[in-house]
Amino acid sequence: MAMLHTVNKSPFERNTLDSCMRHALPGSAILLIEDGVVAATKGTAVEGKVKEKMGDVSFFVLGPDLAARGLGEDKLIDGISVVDYNGFVELTTKYDNVQSWL
Amino acid sequence: MKFGIMVNEGPYTHEASDTAYHFTKAALEAGHEIFRVFFYHDGVNNATRYTVPPQDDRNIQVRWSELAEKHNLDLVVCIAAAQRRGILDENEAKRQGKDGDNIAPGFRISGLGQLIEAGIQCDRLVVFGD
Repeated sequence: MAMLHTVNKSPFERNTLDSCMRHALPGSAILLIEDGVVAATKGTAVEGKVKEKMGDVSFFVLGPDLAARGLGEDKLIDGISVVDYNGFVELTTKYDNVQSWL
Repeated sequence: MKFGIMVNEGPYTHEASDTAYHFTKAALEAGHEIFRVFFYHDGVNNATRYTVPPQDDRNIQVRWSELAEKHNLDLVVCIAAAQRRGILDENEAKRQGKDGDNIAPGFRISGLGQLIEAGIQCDRLVVFGD
């Protein structure tokens, strides 16, 4: 079953992204929202882990939350797709289930 | 598709109530059905009509009430969580001997069964919280 996972906290505040990446199965997707968008940027301590996981899991990031934090799309790790709220809704319909890592 | 939304965080705390609102709005605009929005834990604080945020800030509470009116949404507040946090409707205020109620238009107080029902009835249950 392909699942959409959402992570809403920075990896430097909580370990939910780490837990999520350890549980997410190949073919599933991780959407970074709210403070979770920090993990989508280049040059952080978690960049390596995210890149490694991108091999079998698709990564998305919520554009409005990036913009609200002054993080330009040019700062994103290559291969992470930006979605808006409509895209968020579409992702929830495209995958079989949604797991929010809170 | 039929969506259930769960909100576990109060307004103006982090961003969960905002994200839940924008998600719900986008889902409605895309033609999906919102079966119910269930407010649990500190999320029940979204349901007090006595919030008075600064005029240049978004009014999270009013925004929910307006969306509910426009789309005939079922906004349900968990009764046990509401009682702990002082969210009362007219009946509850009377029952608990309080001098007034504060529930906002469009919200109703009910039990956890409403969340379980949403979980059963909906194609997706999307949770927003802290």
